[in-house]
Amino acid sequence: MQEELFTSGRNIPHIDPSLEIWHWPISLYLFLGGIAAGILFFAALFYVLGKEKEYPAAVKFASIIPPIALSIGLLALVYDLTHKLYTWRLYTTFRIESPMSWGAWVLLIVTPLSFFWLFSYYAEIYPKTEGKLQLLKKFKFLATFEQFLKTNRLYIAYALIPLTLVLGVYTGILLSAFNARPLWNNAILGPLFLTSGLSTGAAAIILMAKTKKEKHLFSKIDLALIIVELALIVHMIMGYYAGSQVQLEAMQLLVGGDFTLMFFGFVVILGLIIPATLELIELIGYKVPVIVPAMLVILGGLIFRFVMVEAGQLTRFLY
Amino acid sequence: MRYAMIIDTLKCVGCSDCVVACQTENDVPIGYCRDWITETVNGSYPNLELELKSERCNHCDNAPCVRCCPTGASYVGVGGIVLVTANECIGCGACIESCPYDARYQHPDGYVDKCTFCHHRLEKGQLPACVSVCPTKCMYFGDLDNPNSEVSQLLKNRKHKTLAPEAGTNPHVFYLI
Repeated sequence: MQEELFTSGRNIPHIDPSLEIWHWPISLYLFLGGIAAGILFFAALFYVLGKEKEYPAAVKFASIIPPIALSIGLLALVYDLTHKLYTWRLYTTFRIESPMSWGAWVLLIVTPLSFFWLFSYYAEIYPKTEGKLQLLKKFKFLATFEQFLKTNRLYIAYALIPLTLVLGVYTGILLSAFNARPLWNNAILGPLFLTSGLSTGAAAIILMAKTKKEKHLFSKIDLALIIVELALIVHMIMGYYAGSQVQLEAMQLLVGGDFTLMFFGFVVILGLIIPATLELIELIGYKVPVIVPAMLVILGGLIFRFVMVEAGQLTRFLY
Repeated sequence: MRYAMIIDTLKCVGCSDCVVACQTENDVPIGYCRDWITETVNGSYPNLELELKSERCNHCDNAPCVRCCPTGASYVGVGGIVLVTANECIGCGACIESCPYDARYQHPDGYVDKCTFCHHRLEKGQLPACVSVCPTKCMYFGDLDNPNSEVSQLLKNRKHKTLAPEAGTNPHVFYLI
């Protein structure tokens, strides 16, 4: 039998044996970017559909989350850069082939829009705060700006729908563009991360919702998204099974390897199947506190990003 | 002009002179390297075969690191050499993740560093540091676009391979086998 007995590494402590360049901030950002994209997508969509009054949590109340999530996410991204003083270099060029360049530019547009969206509802959502601070009265230009945003809300919503979809897909494409990491290198990762982002977004809206009607609608949306997500995960695993040797070995991390418990236990079962079942039971009419499935979905989404980022960096080409 | 490097695995003894020469020439910080030696043993006892290789950036034609770079700091220079402009690099690590050969590393100063084929020496008409010091003369460097160059002739006449050709990168460091 012919076999490769050993290959020496480089024995360079800073480079070998593990290549872990992306740490927890990247995983955290991918999650926060996804959930922010999901919430903003639903906010813009339901505003455009004219359902602002019917579904206030989706359009108004949940909009407190995206600006905070995106701000923390951006800080995390910059924190993980090693040449931080040159971050502005991202914005001196646009590189069409680099997903990270796409992401940097989309974030530059979506982040302020998320703040504008919240600001246009600020006095409505927090009348007490506004009553104390009197911000809009003290600073006249803020009142003018708020009025400008209110009259142009529809345009912001139209801009947000495609932009948030790009943001959601980009969090996956960012990883799948690296053919050197076989676990990431599959075309389904973009749609999968988008679906997961929308699903965690819907779950966050459920948490903020006050009426039964709104909770039920977003439970249904979340349920549909979870089913799509499960289907996409099955496709992803099938893709690895049908793949080359490097992909087969990458898959073994998820199926029967170090990340099996994390992936199947925490992401698939606790983060998708159980909340989907609970949501279904709740929709049928039994009493289930909606906070449970919603929190499970959000935690599952977070763990999913960590699993993919960590496991992906362990996979590589063999030669 | 298309620079290429050839390493004769039948002549390499794995002495690591190329590694030290590179570290000295390019002021590579301690604990890092731009080139390295691998030992691979193939076969089953008692029919074993040892292959020694000096590895480095493959200066690929289809370089994923250049494609993934969000700022354009990674670029393809004269003769197909893949280079990094340090003051354009933000240290995001995308190029490191995208390299099938793990040939890049984050310099302690923050930017990403890698083999440059010693382009500062090439400009003066000298060979890369690793090639120039090799005691067994197992390394060759030259222009593939010139059909009469030593490297073109070697690739014409000798059996050779590249690393992970299935990655689709079209690498330009060749190994004679």
